[in-house]
Amino acid sequence: MESQLPAEFVVNVDHERCRRCKRCVINCSFSAIEFKDKVTPNHRLCVACHRCATFCPESAITITENPLDYKYGYNWSPEIRKNILKQAESGGIILTGMGNPRPYPIYWDHMLIDACQVTNPSIDPLREPMELRTYLGAKPEAIEFEGEHDNISLKTELAPQVKLDIPVVFAAMSYGAISLNAHKALAMAARRMGTLMNTGEGGLHEDLASYTDRIIVQVASGRFGVTSKYLNNSAIVEIKIGQGAKPGIGGHLPGEKVGEDISKTRMIPVGTDALSPAPHHDIYSIEDLSQLIYAIKEATDYKKPVSVKIAAVHNVAAIASGIVRAGADIVMIDGFRGGTGAAPMIIRDHVGIPIELALAAVDDRLRQEGIRNRASILVGGSIRQSADVVKAIALGADACVIGTASLIAMGCRVCQKCYTGNCAWGIATQKPELVRRLNPELAADRLCNLLTAWGHEIQEVLGSLGIIAVESLRGSRERLRGVGLPQETLDILGIKHAGIGQ
Amino acid sequence: MKCDGIPSGCAISGMMSEDGRRIDGRIIIKSIACMHDRSNGLGGGFAAYGIYPNRKDMYAFHMMYDNIEAKEATEEFFKNVFNVDKDEAIPTQRENGVSNEPILWRYFLEVPESKLEFLSERDYVMKTVMKINSDIEGAFVASSGKNMGAFKGVGYPEDIGRFYKLEDYSAYIWTAHGRFPTNTPGWWGGAHPFTLLDWSVVHNGEISSYGINKRYLEMFGYKLELRTDTEVIAYMFDLLVRRHKLPPSLAVTALASPFWKDIDRMEPEKKKLATLVRQVYGSTLLNGPFSIIIGHNRGMIGLNDRIKLRPMTAARKDDMLYMASEESAIREIEPDLDVVWSPKAGTAVVGTLKEEVE
Amino acid sequence: MKIDAKGLHYRPMNKIIRDAVAAGEKEFELDNVGGQRYIGTGLNEPVKITINGTPGNDLGAFMNGPKIIVNANAQDGIANTMNAGEIIVHGNVGDIIGYGMRGGKLYIKGDAGYRVGIHMKEYKKQVPVIIAGGTAGDFFGEYMAGGLIILLGMNGKSPIVGDYVGTGMHGGVMYIRGKVDPYHLGKEVNCLELNEEDMKLIGSYLKEYCEHFGFDLNEVMSGKFTKLVPLSHRPYGNLYVY
Repeated sequence: MESQLPAEFVVNVDHERCRRCKRCVINCSFSAIEFKDKVTPNHRLCVACHRCATFCPESAITITENPLDYKYGYNWSPEIRKNILKQAESGGIILTGMGNPRPYPIYWDHMLIDACQVTNPSIDPLREPMELRTYLGAKPEAIEFEGEHDNISLKTELAPQVKLDIPVVFAAMSYGAISLNAHKALAMAARRMGTLMNTGEGGLHEDLASYTDRIIVQVASGRFGVTSKYLNNSAIVEIKIGQGAKPGIGGHLPGEKVGEDISKTRMIPVGTDALSPAPHHDIYSIEDLSQLIYAIKEATDYKKPVSVKIAAVHNVAAIASGIVRAGADIVMIDGFRGGTGAAPMIIRDHVGIPIELALAAVDDRLRQEGIRNRASILVGGSIRQSADVVKAIALGADACVIGTASLIAMGCRVCQKCYTGNCAWGIATQKPELVRRLNPELAADRLCNLLTAWGHEIQEVLGSLGIIAVESLRGSRERLRGVGLPQETLDILGIKHAGIGQ
Repeated sequence: MKCDGIPSGCAISGMMSEDGRRIDGRIIIKSIACMHDRSNGLGGGFAAYGIYPNRKDMYAFHMMYDNIEAKEATEEFFKNVFNVDKDEAIPTQRENGVSNEPILWRYFLEVPESKLEFLSERDYVMKTVMKINSDIEGAFVASSGKNMGAFKGVGYPEDIGRFYKLEDYSAYIWTAHGRFPTNTPGWWGGAHPFTLLDWSVVHNGEISSYGINKRYLEMFGYKLELRTDTEVIAYMFDLLVRRHKLPPSLAVTALASPFWKDIDRMEPEKKKLATLVRQVYGSTLLNGPFSIIIGHNRGMIGLNDRIKLRPMTAARKDDMLYMASEESAIREIEPDLDVVWSPKAGTAVVGTLKEEVE
Repeated sequence: MKIDAKGLHYRPMNKIIRDAVAAGEKEFELDNVGGQRYIGTGLNEPVKITINGTPGNDLGAFMNGPKIIVNANAQDGIANTMNAGEIIVHGNVGDIIGYGMRGGKLYIKGDAGYRVGIHMKEYKKQVPVIIAGGTAGDFFGEYMAGGLIILLGMNGKSPIVGDYVGTGMHGGVMYIRGKVDPYHLGKEVNCLELNEEDMKLIGSYLKEYCEHFGFDLNEVMSGKFTKLVPLSHRPYGNLYVY
C-alpha cells in the first residue's frame, strides 16, 4: 500500500559548502542520503540520528523537523493522526524504541534539594572526604555477638554484598538489543569506575568473561544463555520480571538480529526469533518467585546476591514487599519512563507509574514493615542527570541504574529507532559494519567521564548538605522540598512543600 | 505545647566519678556557667545519675505539664500502666530569668508483673513514654530512667540549675547543656538533655543526617515527635546498646564510623567488623557538626563528629573524668588536672563506673 | 553416600551433597525424601543420585551433568533450565517440567502435568529430550524453541494431551503417540506424518526409555505417532509496524 505518511524530517544540504566527499552517504545507515551528481537526501527515511551532520567536515548538513503543519487540533495531535495513518496502512502494533517521550510530569524536576547555611556548615568536597561507597545486598536488622563482656565474637554472617564506588549502575541492556562493542564498553567502564553493568536477558558473550565480577547476569523468562556457569560467573544474579518501558510485556529479538554470535550467546539457532514471554512460566505467584530465588541461591551456593527487577506499576509497594519477603537481596524498580530496544508504543507510553512515586511508596512500605534493611533498592527509568540520582537516594534508593544516559554518553542521539537494527552509532545494531563504528575503548572513556562527572556533582551536593557519606543522604527526605506539587503528591513522596522549614 | 525542632549552637559539660562518689550540683553549674556566652538564655538543662538511692530500682519520671488537665490525664493513665510508689512536685525556687515554667512533677514507678507477658520491662516503659509524649496533649516526659533525672527549662543553664535547687542533689555523673537556638522556642521540653530510660544526651551542633536517622529509628517503633536531632541520639543509643546489645564502643563506631579509606587499611578482623557495622548501621551514621555527651547508669560517653566540626576537651583527675566544649569550663572546677586532651574526631571518650560500685 | 533425608531441610541436605561432590563422591542414595527442593540443582559433575521418596520442586534446576533416578512420583519444575544430565522418574510428574531446558534427558514413566517443555531450546548438538509415558496437560510445548518431546499416552487415558499444544512454538519437534485433534493445537503448529528418519530418531531415544522402565519397545513403536513442528521460526514477525 502506498504510504500517505509525510516525512518526519527534512535534510538540508548546503551545496555551496558541500565538497562532495560522500562521508554523509557512507555514514547514513538508514539510506536517507544518496549521491546522484550531488548529495541527495531521501527525507522520508531520515530519523534525525545526526550521523551525517556530525561527520560532515564542512558542517554543510542540517536536519529540521518537517515544517508541515496540520490543521490545529489539541485533541487530534499530529502524532496521533500519523499513528492512525501508519496502522491503517499496515494493521500492525506500532513498535518503538527508547523511553516514553510524552509530556507526563517529571517529578524529579519538582523537587529541590536543601543546603546548609550558618546553623550547620556546608562542607567543601574538594577538601574534606566525601564517601560514595555503597554496598548492595541484604543486611541483618542487627549485628549479633556471642559471649560476654570483653570476650565477644561476631555471630552475624553477612549475606553476600557487592561494593559500588559510585551509586550509579549501568542498566540491563541485552547483547542483541545492543552491540557487543557497546557491551564491552559498559563492562570496561564498570570495572574502571567500580560499578556494575548488566547483561540484560541475552546471556553473556564469551569476550566478557574477564569482567564477570562487575556484571549483573539476568535470568529472564526466555532463560537465554542461563547455565550454572553463567550464574556463578557474576557479581549479582537478577531475575527479570518486568521492565519499565513495557510492564507485563515480554521481549522479542527478531530473528534477523540473531546472527552467529548472538546465537552462540543466547544458545539458540541462527535466525530464530528470541522470544521472552511476559511471565516466567515457572512463576505464577509470589511463592513461585521465592522458589526461583532459592533455586538460584542453591545453584550459586548462596554466594551471590539475587536481585528481582520489576516495572513500577500501581501496586508496586506491596509487590516489592512480597519480593523482599520472598528472599530477594535487591529489588530493582524500573519506572515507566525507562528505555527499551523495542516495545509496543501503547505499552511504553501508557502503562506503569513514575519511578519517583514508586520509589517513595516502596521505601515507605518496607520501612513500615520494618524490612527495609533486608534488601537494597535500585531504581531506574529515566535517571537523566546526577541531580536525579541525589533525589532518588534521598527518597530512599540505594543506587540508581542508567540505561539511556549511558547510551547517550556513547553517542546515541535518542532517535528511537533501536528496533530497526540500523543504529548509525554502532550501539543498537548487530550489523558488523555498523558495530565497528563504536570503538569500545573510546566509548568506555566517555562512560567513565560521565560517571566521574556525576560523582563529583553528587559530592558537591553532599557537601552543600553538610554530609560526608552517601548513607546519610539515603532516605533523608527531610532534605527535599516539593515545588508546585499538590498535597497528595507531596504525601506520597513523603516531602514537604518548599517554604516549610523543619 | 510541643514545637518544631530548632537548629541551635550550644555549650556542653560533663563530669563523673568512676569511683561512684556523689557530688552536689553546684560544681556542674559552675562549669556550664563558665561558657555563658555559648548560650543565649533560651534553654539549659542537666542530667544527674545516682540521685535517688532510696528508690533506685524504680523508674523516676520527671514530668512537664502545660496545665492541670494534662496532669490529671497522665495520672489517670499511670493508674492503668504502673504502680505509683510516690509522686511529688519537683522542688524549685524563684529565679530571675526563669519564667513560664510548666507544672513540674515527679513519680516513682514500678511496672506490674502482669504487664510483662510479651515485652521486656524496659521496652514496656519505652512504649509508655512514647505514648505519653505523642498522645497526651500538654504532657511531656522529661526523664524516665532509674536513679536519675533530667532538670531542664528555658533560661540560661546556671539559672535553670538554681531554679531546680541542684545543690540539694548529689550524683556520680552530671551532664549539662547551655542552648543557643536560632529562633524563639519557649518550650521547656525542647531544652537538653534529651532522655529515654537511662539514656541522656547533651548535644552541641546540628545533625545533617537527621532525616534518615529519624526514619531509621521509626522502623523500630520509636516516635520522634520533637523533631530534634538530640532525641535521635538518645534513641539511637537505646536501640544499639540496649536492644541490639552492641558494646557501647561499637555503637559509637556506628554513629561516627571511620572513613572507608581507613577501614580499608585495618587488619582483617577489625576491617571485617568496621565494614559490617557500616553496612548494617549506615542509617545511624551521624553527619554534620556535633559534640555530644551521653550519660547512662554505668557511665558517660563523649563523642565528636568524624571531621571535628564542634569542639570537645576531655580531662582526668584521680577518679574524675571531665568533658566540655571548652577547657576553661573544666579548669573552672578543677584547675589541677592530671591530664587534658582533645579527643580525636570520631573517637569516643568513655567513662565507666567501677564494677564494684553499685 | 547414603543420606537419610527424614526431617532434613533442603538447605543443609543439598550442602552435604555439594560438599561431597566437591570432595569426589560419585554416588548418592537419598532415603525418606519428602519435599526437599532443588536436589541436584546447579551440580556440574556426572554424579548419580537415587531418590527414594517424593522430591520437592525444581529437581535438577540449572543442572549440568548428574543422573537422577526418582523411585516415586515427582513434583513441579523438574529440569528447570537444565543444561545436561539425566532425570528418570518412575512415576508421574507435576507442572512446568523442562522449562527453558537446553540439554539432557528427562524420562517420565507416567503422566506429566501442565506446561511441559515450555521454552525448551537447542543449540547445535545440545538438544534436550523429554519423554513421558502417559498423558500431559494444557500448553504442552508452549513457546518451544528447540529440542524434542515425545508423549506416549500408554495408559489409555484420553485425551493424551490438553489444549494449546505448541502455542508460540518456533523451534524443535514434538511426537505424540496417537491422534491429536486439531482443536487442541496452537496456531503456530504444523501437524505432519512421520517419515523413516523420524522413526529412526524416536526409536533411538525410545529404546533407552523402554530399558529404564521395562516397556516393550516394539509395542511402543507400533503406535501411530503425530509429528508437530512450528510453522515458522518467526511466528510473530508480522505483528508489528515500525
